[in-house]
Amino acid sequence: MSAILETPVRAFESVSGAGAGEMLELAIGPHHPSTHGVFRMDVVLDGERVRRLKPVFGYLHRNHEKIAEGQSYLSSMPYTDRLDYFCSLTNNWAYALTVEKLAGLQVPERAEYIRVITAELTRVQNHLCLIGFLLQDMGASGTPLMYAFREREKILDLFESLTGARMMCNYMRFGGCRVDLPTGWMEEAQQVVQGLTRFLDEFEALLTGNEILMARTMHIGVLSSAAAVNAGVTGPMLRASGVNYDVRKVDRYGVYDRFDFRIPLGDHGDTYDRYLIRVLEMRESLKILRVALRDLPEGPVMDPKARLRGFRPKAGEAYGRIEAPKGELGFHLISDGSPNPFRYRVRPPSLMNLTVLEEMCMGRMLADVVVILGSVDIVLGEVDR
Amino acid sequence: METLEEICFRIKTALPAARVEIIPNASPCGQRSLLLGREQGLAVATFLRDDPQLRLDYCSNVTGVDRLEPSLPQGFVQSPSSAGLKKEAGEGLGESGTGCLEAVYHLFSMAHKNGPVVLRLRTENRLAAVRLPSLTPVWRSCEFQEREIFDLFGIVFDGHPDLRRLLMWEGFQGFPMRRDYLVADDFECEPTPHGDVPKRMSPRQGCAEVIQKTATADPRV
Repeated sequence: MSAILETPVRAFESVSGAGAGEMLELAIGPHHPSTHGVFRMDVVLDGERVRRLKPVFGYLHRNHEKIAEGQSYLSSMPYTDRLDYFCSLTNNWAYALTVEKLAGLQVPERAEYIRVITAELTRVQNHLCLIGFLLQDMGASGTPLMYAFREREKILDLFESLTGARMMCNYMRFGGCRVDLPTGWMEEAQQVVQGLTRFLDEFEALLTGNEILMARTMHIGVLSSAAAVNAGVTGPMLRASGVNYDVRKVDRYGVYDRFDFRIPLGDHGDTYDRYLIRVLEMRESLKILRVALRDLPEGPVMDPKARLRGFRPKAGEAYGRIEAPKGELGFHLISDGSPNPFRYRVRPPSLMNLTVLEEMCMGRMLADVVVILGSVDIVLGEVDR
Repeated sequence: METLEEICFRIKTALPAARVEIIPNASPCGQRSLLLGREQGLAVATFLRDDPQLRLDYCSNVTGVDRLEPSLPQGFVQSPSSAGLKKEAGEGLGESGTGCLEAVYHLFSMAHKNGPVVLRLRTENRLAAVRLPSLTPVWRSCEFQEREIFDLFGIVFDGHPDLRRLLMWEGFQGFPMRRDYLVADDFECEPTPHGDVPKRMSPRQGCAEVIQKTATADPRV
């Protein structure tokens, strides 16, 4: 700990607090388990109360956008896996969707269904892990996280048999998906979905009414809906603050208009709501999955007109977005007619969600900062790009 | 959702001083954009957010774009150390330095659940006049994104509450996302008295002084 305490904090001017004793400037991170990666928070503490908090980014920056502008459109597809490395399939989808908008490609119905199925499985495993990590941050050492990981492993096995990789799936292509489902995949997926429904009941019995969880999360890190909207917060965090906005419902991309699912909304915008919203979202995802696995149509998985090699969209631009597990994941592509994108921009949801971190933590105890950050759900591969 | 022409007309009615122009988009998705004048940028943004029919309360994305015109001649090299604003202007990159830097804002309405409306702001040129009004006072979601654009493109946003580098480290020189930026061989190379790293680098890669120093200090080089 002494090494952390000695880290100088330069970004602050002096903080004056009424009746305050000495302020302590503390750098949490970049190497701290609770920051979920290489992320730093420069905090000013009055006793144990947070008086100021500045996030510091860039430890995992590799200029993803510049790299993507130097290579063809397709070459960036495996690279999008590395943005939010928990959810490679939704990253793939957002990128493919934007290129399809840019070039005017149509996706076959079967591919759309497979995209929905893989994206919802991704959402479930992301939320499971997030809840596991959140509990781990609170000191519930191991047990909930390992239960979550056990279930996530089943989903990753499905991804592996479909795409060949557990996490870096690189599965979607412009105008469809890379390969069709292997034999027996559907039955396996149905079993996993069935098992997850029961598991969620168990998981909730363990956590939702747990006194310690409630004490650590209720009324902590409250985010008002107006602040959330203005700060561009999206995803479960926005909906926990009571704003009904889900890109799946608003844009109705893919075939999401064919499924009947609800958008869970929170009342308080506190950390407990953010936990609960994710549990409820998983239940809705399982509902979508059951219907999608039942209705999956036959047919090709690639648009026959789509060209993988020599792909040159006409000059123009497109902004495409999807509801990724962490929020609105957008891509903005500008084409000048060459094989490389003229401009390739990723709109990372976790970075925008961190805009309000300081407000949520202000005046709270240092131990709450860890819990609040855990409930924001960041992945540094995406924040720093 | 109103058409872009209607929005453009209403902006001009509400703010007669504002310069607004519709930029076409040849892509099949047809997302056209509004090019705003720099002076009225903030006023137009406030109007778009507060107008009851539009209520564009959510700024999703801010993209920086470097529109370098004409494209660089073959073999043009700019060293990373000279990419600081003043130096760059002083050294003068000739005609190849013309063009502009651009910030593109994608707006949506969470209240009406529609969008996007795309705004563009362009700087006067790429070298010295790189100032744009910050839209962070209107949409806070621009805060980190404008910082990122300042960091990677070198657009200076007037009125931004906390304009610092976001992803690159303090003291870093140059703007990596600019089209004429030269990627150095190894950015984290720092001269050390006992290091062999500098002599492997060529002067083209921006470590000329390092090599010079090493050469005089170390007879082996």
